[in-house]
Amino acid sequence: MFRRHLLSLALGATLALGTTAAQAQDEFIVVQSTTSTQNSGLFDHILPMFEDKTGIEVRVVAVGTGQAIKNAANGDGDVLFVHAKPAEEKFVAEGHGVSRADVMYNDFVIVGPPSDPAGVAGMSDVVAALTRIAEAEAPFASRGDDSGTNKAELRLWKEAGIDAQAASGGWYRETGSGMGATLNTGTAMDAYIMTDRATWIAFGNKGDYQIAVEGDPKMFNQYGIILVNPEKHDNVKAEAGQAFIDWVLSDEGQAAIAGYKVDGQQLFFPNAGS
Amino acid sequence: MFSFGDIMTEALGLILTWDRDLSEIVLLSLRVTLTAVAIACLIGLPLGAVVGAFRFRGRGAVTVLLNALMGLPPVVVGLFVYLMLSNAGPLGILGLLYTPSAMIIAQTILVTPIVAALTKQVVEDLHGEYAEQFASFGLTARERVAALLWDARYSLLTVALAGFGRAVAEVGAVLIVGGNINHVTRVMTTTIALETSKGNLELALALGVLLLVLAVIVNALVMALRASAVRAAYA
Repeated sequence: MFRRHLLSLALGATLALGTTAAQAQDEFIVVQSTTSTQNSGLFDHILPMFEDKTGIEVRVVAVGTGQAIKNAANGDGDVLFVHAKPAEEKFVAEGHGVSRADVMYNDFVIVGPPSDPAGVAGMSDVVAALTRIAEAEAPFASRGDDSGTNKAELRLWKEAGIDAQAASGGWYRETGSGMGATLNTGTAMDAYIMTDRATWIAFGNKGDYQIAVEGDPKMFNQYGIILVNPEKHDNVKAEAGQAFIDWVLSDEGQAAIAGYKVDGQQLFFPNAGS
Repeated sequence: MFSFGDIMTEALGLILTWDRDLSEIVLLSLRVTLTAVAIACLIGLPLGAVVGAFRFRGRGAVTVLLNALMGLPPVVVGLFVYLMLSNAGPLGILGLLYTPSAMIIAQTILVTPIVAALTKQVVEDLHGEYAEQFASFGLTARERVAALLWDARYSLLTVALAGFGRAVAEVGAVLIVGGNINHVTRVMTTTIALETSKGNLELALALGVLLLVLAVIVNALVMALRASAVRAAYA
């Protein structure tokens, strides 16, 4: 008897602890987003401005775009802030999201070791560069995790007419991990890696790696923002979520994004409403 | 390349320049893990004792199950708890996803089989010595379990510590159900994973050293407690 009381007491206390923590701040929203926005430090820069202005706390769950979209489709978040336009449009078309808006862009680059085994350093034609890497069978580390970066990379291989995944386990190596983990792994095995520029600039373990391929419009990386459909999930905080979206798209939010710099370099370029 | 001297310096720096964010992370780690271990003990100790002390149909199967569950991969537990607590899941209505409570639930699931399986072994061995006495005193089942748990209490402290070790070190489950949200669900292991993915390997390893120090402190406290209790018992 006593034990049962103790147990329910402990369980009750635990749950109470958890909920008080959750309610400590009056209002909060959950944003499902990607590792690039989080790891680059962008959120640490812009979120305090929004929180100071509105009092709405923003809780960011930073995962790959694929997982973020699935989590949001389950209703586990109020706002989706990712970078894979076709998948985002599908998310809205399926009724999971209200509407999609462009927020900002940056670009992808291919980084490589100084030995440059495929001889692609300095190229700006990404399809030609990928073709050379495949011909040289130089190691290439792919995210392999259905993230926005992974989707973009697979599109480029397709455009080059190369079935890179057929070489998986050989020169084409799928890490199945986030951008940072893939950079850690890839740099350790002298592989080429496609990464978004923001993550690369902010990355702390570059070693002697350098950007090999950049500047192709095909490597343009667009970020979009979507309110999760409150009609589908009634737990969605539509008002607070929309307030965040409105702020991100406002002149003030866009200026905050443009103002974020690492080592003097601007990481994201706002383009809402363009 | 990396030098371990640099990493130790970084770890020392972390401790010397101790800031609020770090306290928050360390305290949440301790809160989540210790609560999970406490609940796991409340469930696992009596469960293990019952399986250890009594013969019943299906006992072998229960034992095998408990032993197998000790090897549950944290990421699987995390996924299971996520699917339960997701707003699309059966318990979504509770709104626990991405809160410390969700992390406590996941770790409790991870630790309970360890506590139960190890308790079962300790109690079974002890019961072999006590069975005849119990019979001659005519103790009820409840009294037997209580007596066994009480007499095995020092060994069971080690059992609880094994559970603590498992919980404080795991990252897969809390990352999925907690979401590693800054100031809300960020604990030491998820911070280490995050810093690793940012390429800040020295900082990540320094946090690892700090985690180790924390585990040593908790273990030392428990052992000191045990030693003083033993002294008191035989004084």
